[in-house]
Amino acid sequence: MQTGSGLEKLPSGVLVTTVEKLANWARKGSLWPATFGLACCAIEMMAAGAGRYDLARFGMEVFRASPRQADLMIVSGRVSQKMAPVLRTIYDQMPEPKWVISMGVCATSGGMFNNYAIVQGVDQIVPVDMYVPGCPPRPEMLMDGIIKLHEKIGTGERRSTLRLQEA
Amino acid sequence: MSEARPTVDEAVVRPGEARDLPPAAAAERVTVGERRTQQVIAMGGGDWAEVTARADAEGDDELMVINMGPQHPSTHGVLRLVVELRGEEVVDLQPVVGYLHTGIEKSTEFRTWVQGVTFVTRMDYLAPIFNETAYCLAVEKLLGVEAPPRAQALRVLMMELNRISSHLVWLATTGLELGALSMMLYGFREREEILDILEDVTGLRMNHAWVRPAGVSQDLPDGIEDKIRAFVRDMRAKADEYETLLTNNPIWLERTSGIGRLDLDRLIELGVTGPLLRAAGLEHDLRKAEPYCGYEQYDFEVPTATGADVYARYQVRLAEMRQSLRIVEQVLDSLPGGPVMVEDPKVAWPARLALGPDGLGNSPAHVRHIMGESMEALIHHFKMVTEGFKVPPGEVYVPVESPRGELGYHVVSDGGNLPYRVHVRDPSFVNLQAAGPMMKGLLVADVVAALSSIDPVLGGVDR
Amino acid sequence: MTAETTFQPPDALQPVLTGLRERFPEAVAEVRGHRGEVTVELDRAHLVEVATWLRDHPAARFRLLADLSGTDYLKLDERPERLCVDYHLYSFDHNVRLRLKVRVTVEDPHVPSVTGVWPTANWHEREVYDFFGVRFDGHPNLIRILMPEDWKGYPQRKDYPLGGVDVEYIGAHVPPPDTRRYKGGWTST
Repeated sequence: MQTGSGLEKLPSGVLVTTVEKLANWARKGSLWPATFGLACCAIEMMAAGAGRYDLARFGMEVFRASPRQADLMIVSGRVSQKMAPVLRTIYDQMPEPKWVISMGVCATSGGMFNNYAIVQGVDQIVPVDMYVPGCPPRPEMLMDGIIKLHEKIGTGERRSTLRLQEA
Repeated sequence: MSEARPTVDEAVVRPGEARDLPPAAAAERVTVGERRTQQVIAMGGGDWAEVTARADAEGDDELMVINMGPQHPSTHGVLRLVVELRGEEVVDLQPVVGYLHTGIEKSTEFRTWVQGVTFVTRMDYLAPIFNETAYCLAVEKLLGVEAPPRAQALRVLMMELNRISSHLVWLATTGLELGALSMMLYGFREREEILDILEDVTGLRMNHAWVRPAGVSQDLPDGIEDKIRAFVRDMRAKADEYETLLTNNPIWLERTSGIGRLDLDRLIELGVTGPLLRAAGLEHDLRKAEPYCGYEQYDFEVPTATGADVYARYQVRLAEMRQSLRIVEQVLDSLPGGPVMVEDPKVAWPARLALGPDGLGNSPAHVRHIMGESMEALIHHFKMVTEGFKVPPGEVYVPVESPRGELGYHVVSDGGNLPYRVHVRDPSFVNLQAAGPMMKGLLVADVVAALSSIDPVLGGVDR
Repeated sequence: MTAETTFQPPDALQPVLTGLRERFPEAVAEVRGHRGEVTVELDRAHLVEVATWLRDHPAARFRLLADLSGTDYLKLDERPERLCVDYHLYSFDHNVRLRLKVRVTVEDPHVPSVTGVWPTANWHEREVYDFFGVRFDGHPNLIRILMPEDWKGYPQRKDYPLGGVDVEYIGAHVPPPDTRRYKGGWTST
């Protein structure tokens, strides 16, 4: 078996690769999101899954209701103080390997709501792999974030552990 | 279903007809918000026969308290339902809200009057133009100014398109939850057409901040009228398609007829307005009863039904979509010319947006004027944008008819350039109170259908 | 101090206002009109009585409680009754609206609940309790509705801070919204 970078084709036409690359390719090929639509961004996420901006071509049209069957959590919308523990519970219920996309500015940093009621950035609670800004981001922007996440998964980069925001 | 109103029978009530309501019974009939303590039976594992035997021994109670949400695909947002079940049948249902509370009402007290539009537009995110219009109508009422006729007509145009798109999302999600998955794709396909039009006019697909106090921020672009007319023609055909798919569909009828019935008196007691009230027979629509933005000049009907169940609400919403298409056509036919913002320089937003060499921004002519020609205009522009105008003290309450019911803004001003208090009477907040009484005795699957027919948008509920 | 002399209430409201003044003379503190809307300020002890009369009397028939909102008048006037509860009523039969106001102090923030008159007030009153601390006597379930149940403080009072975090930029500092230089503005003529 040949090691090295990427897929290599033997003369007889058999693909050879490392096990990890194959696993990463499988993971990113059918990344199932958990339904975590909170607010306006959720509607754009649904639009991204609908007919025109089709997420099914990336293998992602099944939004799993149960977090135990999902491996991607797209936090779409503003996270309020009451919702924060629920968010963490859902994240903990997802089995490894799991990724988090923070969609929209409210999930990324609190957005326009810099006040008592909104958690200022969902990365205070869960580790985030991809931040997609916008209010709300267009479905194409979300898909751009998803594709970049696919590339990140494909390289097998180790995800950072939970970083608590320095006060 | 044709565009004619369904046949009037005794059950349809016109506003003005007195309905007798025995006063003292009101409080007993509706138990909303009761809190009960339940005995908890700890399931520690073991043989199922043992567990049930233990449960039987500890009490006759077969009640289970089940939690649906706040993360659940069928609850239209982060809504938590605490359901007491006896087997599969609902004994009581308590919605718990607050998982999306954003503090918008308090935030508006720290931004100028015009900046408030960007906040209120994100409350009911499926019908943002209604939020903006109601807020701007309230500010204009306090100011004592009226938007120019073209601005009012444009507001009506955008509101009706937004009503259609909101009903499409309702139809799509209801179809999804009841298993008609193709309805989801059709609804979103049509909605994309409307979002294209909204994007051409306002610049954004959602959360537009397009309606400003004393007018709208931008006029229609060229060529948009043909696009809208083409969409109207297309939408009529598609609405017929949806009817063919659903209206006489036996599965749809089984799942929606007779579900979630709540009669008219109870609905009024619970403060419910909008399609739920019209599906129970009361022909009440704020566009007809208290017209705003020039609605009295357009000819449209208020669809009603008498079933007061999920199917009746479906019929009412579908008919409302058709009526909205009628209004859109009439607006396009009778669109007046003129400015889209008042001329008063102390109130009007100073910038005129235009497409320049570096993208959309202040029009080059305006920039040349304020930078080169007039210092006073520059100061004026600066002050208007950073500090805004002052609104005379007072308080008003302005209701509009949003796709979910009566959307009212109670705005208090202290005479300054920041709002003193903006309170939003959101229809979903009030309509959700009807969830408990509506769902007593239903099966769990019907809870989903009935909740969907209330059409709550949690952004408006929690604000 | 009433402004009625310069303001004419809508015709449909005339019998209501006269009826109110005749039947509950001690309950009505003030009647105001502004921009076409009529506000009746009530004494809280008579609130439920007046509300029931308004709902049932054929000249009034205010069957819909459209809105129940709270306001903190701390920065608006100098009266000791800082907390204000507004009731927005609508009558289907006469197509007319009316606003009732009840003002209470922070030290004694008790208002009788109108859930017996209009059951829709249930959640509205919970919201006013949640954000202003007004206690509604007779409410079946007065707990917080939008904030977490163990939250301390009443967020929409004027002395409660907006909260949030300081936003840092490289080379600049934008103060939080409640301390920005915002006072001023144009007066519309």
